[in-house]
Parts: sequence; structure tokens; C-alpha cells
Amino acid sequence: MAETFLEVAGLKTHFPVERGVILRRRVGLVKAVDGVSFSLARGEILGLVGESGCGKSTLGRTILQLIPPTEGAVILAGKNLAGLNRSELRAARTDFQMIFQDPYASLNPRMTVFDALAEAMRAHRDISTGEIQDRVATLMQKVGLSPRFVKKYPHEFSGGQRQRIAIARALAVEPKLIIADEPVSALDVSIQAQIINLLAKLSREMQLTLIFISHDLSVVKHISDRIAVMYMGRIVEMGPAAQVFERPLHPYTKALVSAVPIPDPAREHQRQRLILSGDPPSPMNPPSGCAFHPRCAYAKADCSQAVPTLEAFDPTRTTACIRAREIN
Amino acid sequence: MCEPQKTDAMPLLQVKNLRTYFHTRNGVVRAVDDVSFEIEKGETLGIVGESGSGKSVTCYSLLGLIPQPPGRIESGEAIFDNTDLLKCSTAELNRIRGKRIAMIFQDPMTSLNPYMRIEDQLIEPLLIHEKTGRQRAVELGVQALKDVGIQDAAQRIRSYPHEFSGGMRQRVMIAMALITKPDLLIADEPTTALDVTVQAQIIELVKRMQAERGMAVIWISHDLGVVAGLCQRVNVMYAGRVVESGPTTSIYRSPKHPYNHALQKSIPALQPKGAELYTIAGMPPDLSKPVTGCAFMPRCEFAQDICRAPVELKKDGPGHATACTRAQRGEINL
Repeated sequence: MAETFLEVAGLKTHFPVERGVILRRRVGLVKAVDGVSFSLARGEILGLVGESGCGKSTLGRTILQLIPPTEGAVILAGKNLAGLNRSELRAARTDFQMIFQDPYASLNPRMTVFDALAEAMRAHRDISTGEIQDRVATLMQKVGLSPRFVKKYPHEFSGGQRQRIAIARALAVEPKLIIADEPVSALDVSIQAQIINLLAKLSREMQLTLIFISHDLSVVKHISDRIAVMYMGRIVEMGPAAQVFERPLHPYTKALVSAVPIPDPAREHQRQRLILSGDPPSPMNPPSGCAFHPRCAYAKADCSQAVPTLEAFDPTRTTACIRAREIN
Repeated sequence: MCEPQKTDAMPLLQVKNLRTYFHTRNGVVRAVDDVSFEIEKGETLGIVGESGSGKSVTCYSLLGLIPQPPGRIESGEAIFDNTDLLKCSTAELNRIRGKRIAMIFQDPMTSLNPYMRIEDQLIEPLLIHEKTGRQRAVELGVQALKDVGIQDAAQRIRSYPHEFSGGMRQRVMIAMALITKPDLLIADEPTTALDVTVQAQIIELVKRMQAERGMAVIWISHDLGVVAGLCQRVNVMYAGRVVESGPTTSIYRSPKHPYNHALQKSIPALQPKGAELYTIAGMPPDLSKPVTGCAFMPRCEFAQDICRAPVELKKDGPGHATACTRAQRGEINL
């Protein structure tokens, strides 16, 4: 594999839960992200999947320092983002950007497309008006919108077009890393396809490293080079996308993959489903040992003892399950 | 799964030429425009389409849930057991809704009353429709919660909705819909707001309930995957019309309408990994402007002048119908 571009080491984000107005006291601790480590090469696309509440969005935001990490390091091109002060962080932000789920909420309704894109450019360096105009036009073309639309407001666009504007705004500062948090979840199937194609093309052409957060496994499998599966704040399995999807190692991944409906009646009727019982446990009060053991079909006594670490299963894949070798 | 019973001459529900228009300041929006379909006892019908294609409005029209004005049911009939639902008075509808036809909605957070205990909401249909005594109704309510897989039902029935997770609230909705043993369940995107693992639980639950009770289900969804595993027949809707209708296998395996075909090609799950996904050019039409010919024509790669003429849903195989002039003439092979 190519040289490491982004390295996340032992990242933890813990939120205290407090009660009371005047006499605030801490009544609990939610470990939203609890010891996540991985590394990515330049231009690689990582898919981050898991159920709601598993910490995938918090992880994305913590990597970009939108939420301060409790512990751990985020090393982007040799620089530890977690150790930067405010002004250094601001300067570093041109290297990384974020795309959000809801294009209706993430664009300012009172700013034209031109203003939104120009603001991002001006915020980070001195740039002449002429140059801004040229670059806005180029960006619009790059995301598949006609430069004629620059004077329009967000409400004049459809959901898919707004998501293109949000992508253009992220690209305006020429970042090297983009984290896209559920970028296609709010869109219709036929529009989803356009945005997925666009993100894949941009990543390829611009050597963009992309972390694609989604709960839709078939979308993630399609676009990603590698997939990381999260459960209760930890990565439980990571490996090349096709392998994780076709031959999952961790019992949770097995259940997740089996729950994805296949749009093919014949295959859908044949296959055997692993239905998980119950809901994910409360993050305030996680189970001991492996957080998945109360819902796991393969669990035995040892599973509730110690938290399993993410270990290599073969040269390309890692999984955090003490019975991984036995059950695969 | 239950096979439809063909012995009855009349289908359970027969919808003919339903037109629901919304009269807004910006013109008349033809949300549902001449939709006809039927469903047999015990059958599962899927209605798929993108947002704004009229799938929800179709079902809301049947149950008198369209706000009037601005909405208006312009024409059509919906015969359910010799009664035309569209011509019923509110009092007549109230005897059918929640009793013989039940509905579950997409968002279990907003469709339960946050001020009422689960118990009171759950047994309300029994108190109203079946004049069951309260004590007996509570017993049935606890049983209904057990049936949908809620543990400690006798205690949990005293809870308020906020004490439940999203998946559990949707189970409560299902328990509430099924408590009067309806003949027809209309499910409007019931799993869209849920995680895939919980979605799988809910789908298995509906399948089991259906097998036990032999009720018919109309399942509205934009997710082709969910419909594939659950439904026997599928209606594909576009711009307020049914463009293709048929058995699930033929809808997926041999699509006839170019829109249905394009939809299948644009979902990642059916394509080789990393391949560029097929995209449908353009956008769905503005329904406030009258469309005379095929509504999909401006985006269709097979469109010709002939597509400007009005097109009807025509039978072209066993139980299969397509609304595409060129497909009907046998000119396109997808």
C-alpha cells in the first residue's frame, strides 16, 4: 500500500452526562468514540458503517476537530491536528472539509451559490475578485452545475443540485481529505446515483481521500476501497470493501450484511437471514467485555470478560472478536 | 406466505381511475392521475416510486386522509367489500378505518401521542370499534405487544412513547394497527426511519403476522430491496401514474417500462462494485403543468414523437401491464 496520509491513533471522544442547573453533577459518561485507530493512503475511500448511535458521525467530526477529542491523535500529512491551537487549526482547515447529510439545512438560504463558494475561498486566503469568479465557474462545472446558476439561491435548486453545491463548497479550498456524513441518505434513488458517481469521480481525479459515512451498506460497498464497521464507539471489523461485504468476519458484520435487503426477488427468498434481537444497548451503560455479546449468536462466557482488540485476521483484514478464528 | 385466494369473484379492494388533485396558488397539482389497481385477500402489493410520485397520496385518498381543500378527489372509485370508500360519509369511513383497514406511517415518533400511555392508545381501537370492556381490552393489548416481540409487555404497556426506541415504537404502531384484525394493512414507508437490523426485524414481523392472519398488505416504499423480499405484486409509480404493474419477479427480472428499467440500473446493490451507476437525466416533471403524453418522455432514452400521445396502462402478459407506447408496440427490448 501507498504511504500513510491520514493516521488516527487511539482516538476517544467521551461526553459527560450532567444533571442539575446550579449544582451540576456528573451522572454518567457516554463513550461515543472509544479508542479508534486506522490509517488511510492518499486517494483512498473509506466507508464507515454502523447503526445509528454507534459513533460514526462523532468519529467523523472528531477527526476534523469539530469536536475536541478526549484522547488520541489525528495525524494528517505528518501534522497532529489534535495538538494544534486555534489559529494553527484554522490554517490547517484548508486541507480537510466536510459534507453533511441534509443539503436543505447545510446551505445558508440567504446566500447565493456564488457567495457561498466565494466565502469559503476568501476565508482562507487573499484572492482577487476576478480569480474568485473564474474559480467559482470552474467549481460549478466540476460538480456538474451550469455556471449560469451562480446568482441563484439554494431554494431554487432540487435536493440533488443542493448536494452538488455543498460538494463544490467543500472543494473550494482545495482540500485533500473530505468526510461525507450520509451525503446521499436524503436523496431519491436516481439522484443518489448521480452524487455517488460524482464523489467517486472527484476522488479519482483529484486524489481526494474520502471518508464516506453511511448506514446504507450497498452504497458504501459500491464506492469504498475499504470498509470499517463500528459498534458502540469501536471499530469491530475493517477490510477491503468487497471482502467485508461478501465474507464478513465479525458476528455483528454478519448480521448487518444479512439485514440489507437485496433488490432481487429470487435471491431474497432463498437466503437465510440472521435477525438480531433487540436494540443496541444504552451507551450510558454499555455491556461488559465485547459490547456486542448480549446480541451475539456466537457469544460464550469469555466474551463478557475483556474488551476484544482489533487484531489482524489476514494481511488485509482486521476484526475485534475473540472467536473470529473459530467461527470463520 | 399466503397465496391470494382466487375463489372470490371480487378482489378485496378495487381502485379505478383515481384522480387526486391539489388546488394550490401555483396551479392544479395532479398528484394522483388516473390510478387503477386491485388487491386480493391475503396478497401483498408493493407500491414503489420516488418522492412526489403519488404513492402516499394514493393510499391517503382511499382512507379520506387528504386535507380538503386544497386536495380534491376528482374522480374514481375504490370498492372495498361492496362499499365505495371515496363516496363514504365520515361516519361510514370511521367504521372501516382502524377496524377493517389499518394504516402504519413512516415516522413512529410523530404518529404516537406523546401525552398518552401506550396502553390507552393501543386499546383505543378496541374500545371504539368492538365495544370491548376496558379490562379485556388491556389483556388483548398486552397480548398484542407480546405478539410484536416486546418483552415485559404487561409492564411496558404502562410506559409513554418517549420511553421506547424507534424500532419499539414502530412495533407498537404495528400492534395497534393489527389489534382489530384488519383485512387490509396499508404501510407507508414503515421502515424508512429505522436501522437495517431493526428494519429486518419489522419486515419479518409483518410477514409472520400476515401468514397467521391472512390479511392483505399494501407496502409503500422507495426501497426496491425491501419490496423484493416482501411483495407478490408491485406497482411502479411515476408522476402520479402507475407506469408498470406485475408480479414481483417480472418487475425485477424483465422490466418493460424504461423508467422501471432505469431505476433498477441506478441502484448500487445490483451493479458490479465501482462501476459507474446509470443515472436518469433531468428531473421529475412539475406536476402543476398538464402532461398530455408519457410523463417520463423528457428523460427517456427511447422517446420518439409518438410518446407525446396519451398512453394507458395496458396488459402485456400474465398479470403484467405497462404504460409505454413503444413497449406496447414491441419496439423496445430492455
